[in-house]
Amino acid sequence: MVSTTEAGRDRKRPSFKYSIEAKGPILLTVRAWWPPVLWSIVLLLIVVIVMGAGSLTMQKTLIDALIKLMVVVGLYVFIGNSGILSFGHIGFMMIGAYAAAWQTCCPKTKKLFIPGLPDYMLTHQFPFIVSVVVSGLLAAFIALIAGSVLMRLSGIAASIGTFAFLMVMYSFYLRWDPWTRGASTMTGLPVHTDSWVMLAFCVIVMFGAFVYARSRYGLSAKASRDDEVASKAAGVNVVGQRLLSFVVSAFIVGMAGALFGHFLGILTVDSFGLPLTFITLAMLVVGGMQSLSGAVLGAIVISTLFEALRQLEVGFDVGGTLVALPGGGREVGIGILMLVILIFRRNGLTANQEIYWPFRGDAMAKTAMTRRS
Amino acid sequence: MGYFIQVIIDALSLGSLYALAALGIGLLFGVLRLINFAHGDFITLGAYALIVPAYGPNAIRFVADFHPVLLVICTILIVVAIALISEFLVFRPLRYASAATLMVGSFALSYVIQNLIIMIYSGRPKSLDLWSVLTEIKFDVSGVDIALLPLLIIAVTLILMALLVLFLKRTPWGVQMRAAAEDFKMARMLGVRANFVISLAFVLSGALAAVVSLLFEVQTGILTFRMGTPLMVFAFIATVIGGMGSLVGSVVGGMAVGVVSSILQAGLPPEVRGYRDVFVFGLVILVLLLRPQGIVLSRAARERV
Repeated sequence: MVSTTEAGRDRKRPSFKYSIEAKGPILLTVRAWWPPVLWSIVLLLIVVIVMGAGSLTMQKTLIDALIKLMVVVGLYVFIGNSGILSFGHIGFMMIGAYAAAWQTCCPKTKKLFIPGLPDYMLTHQFPFIVSVVVSGLLAAFIALIAGSVLMRLSGIAASIGTFAFLMVMYSFYLRWDPWTRGASTMTGLPVHTDSWVMLAFCVIVMFGAFVYARSRYGLSAKASRDDEVASKAAGVNVVGQRLLSFVVSAFIVGMAGALFGHFLGILTVDSFGLPLTFITLAMLVVGGMQSLSGAVLGAIVISTLFEALRQLEVGFDVGGTLVALPGGGREVGIGILMLVILIFRRNGLTANQEIYWPFRGDAMAKTAMTRRS
Repeated sequence: MGYFIQVIIDALSLGSLYALAALGIGLLFGVLRLINFAHGDFITLGAYALIVPAYGPNAIRFVADFHPVLLVICTILIVVAIALISEFLVFRPLRYASAATLMVGSFALSYVIQNLIIMIYSGRPKSLDLWSVLTEIKFDVSGVDIALLPLLIIAVTLILMALLVLFLKRTPWGVQMRAAAEDFKMARMLGVRANFVISLAFVLSGALAAVVSLLFEVQTGILTFRMGTPLMVFAFIATVIGGMGSLVGSVVGGMAVGVVSSILQAGLPPEVRGYRDVFVFGLVILVLLLRPQGIVLSRAARERV
């Protein structure tokens, strides 16, 4: 751990000829908030470019990628800070997505598809933003209940517990016909999620995750991650801090689920299974599990690669013959990339570091922040 | 009475399949502390080994047309080879990683294998008729037909377990494996070769997966690229319930999961019967909380410090 930290510090030593020194309140604030600020700018640029120049398919892909990015940031809040690998968060995404459907589908559709809802829900329709937040809150509430049980476990037992949680939720929703339409497709969600909505949510969530990670709660969770016994001795309520990060991350992932529902307009339980769990986890692992920059970078890299490989699957012309990657090829590519990262660069592309203010006059602050992450 | 016997036999045969799959997972966990998500895909590959690797809609029989003895041997060899290749390419470089990293690695491997199958064989389900006579022969017991296949599954499981116990208790290799499962570091200091023992665990695990895939294929008659996943999931929770790293625990857990789901299936009122799996998976969380060491305690289950 120590060696990678130092290597990271050396690598990031700035070599700018003209450098900006952080002076004055604005630059100092930007410097303090640099990781989420940087990634917000990057996302803004991506959205502007794709909205300006991309095809309709690309814009759809972009929204999908931003939803995944939000899920990954949510995953980071729990996995990165508590150090427990979770296989269960896609369950929260499903809870959020269906909760959104219960709220925003028009009453007619609801009577037709999900007649099991209580009368008040059946006859009323709620605004989009309200439904997203409420869905997130429902996911957080379920996380509070499930987490108060699961967070007492530690290490690999906790991971197994989250896996069992995903399986419980998945098989429950698959059979819960009056509320979820079970194995059939639930349609009729109004489509509200566009790139700008997603961008806004991603930016808010990134800042939120950053604030949480830097707060005393996030730091306590990290302390328990790095050394459970020592942090207990120093007065950290390990179970409580893990539970808090679990709930916060479930809130984020639940909101992402609601946005996902409002993006496609249709929902199937089947789409919230192990493949989606894998993709989001792969994004986090490839980027680096313990930093916000890692989560965001991983999501961007994998989504880009996924799209590029999709183009290959469609095929391209080489001297008159169509060369195409067979179906399933891009998944194989992503899987192999993940294995390669796991084997050769276990801490991910960012080596679990944040990307800090790269300009001069900041060596002290950077050292201090590197130690804190 | 007849209905009762049928439920018991179904429960035991399902439990046997889970127990065999759980043994494959438990063997690797004992030696390597690896929770192998890819075990289900080893099972899938065993079934796909029976046909010609081709993208078309129909299954072209290949190994499936061999003499039964040769068929079993070929399937086992193919799956064992795949297990060894996975060990060499993926798990050997990750050997000193944390249990969580290994788990993610096996998750990635599982994803790669599933999609490789889609690439090579296409994602469509293919029907393959293998020894379907076994499901057609029926005995009449107190007025209820009992098929031969469930009995065969139980018998094969019992025989394999007996062989495995003999191997582990009576042969030097088996003793080395048990020693490694008990205390890997100490076993190495006493001259057990790490690579050998781990490869051996993969060989046994692969062979068990191959047998499961054959039994399962005969039962269902259909090949899909995700056919092994439910088996893996149930076998995995079986190892957790039975006690991670304990082979007896894997068997007991597998039987327990199979019997509990069959009994729930038969005994639950119809309106909640669909939620059967919810109860089974909920059981895992309950076991993790109340008896985290599982039904059968093993030394490998303790965190290594």
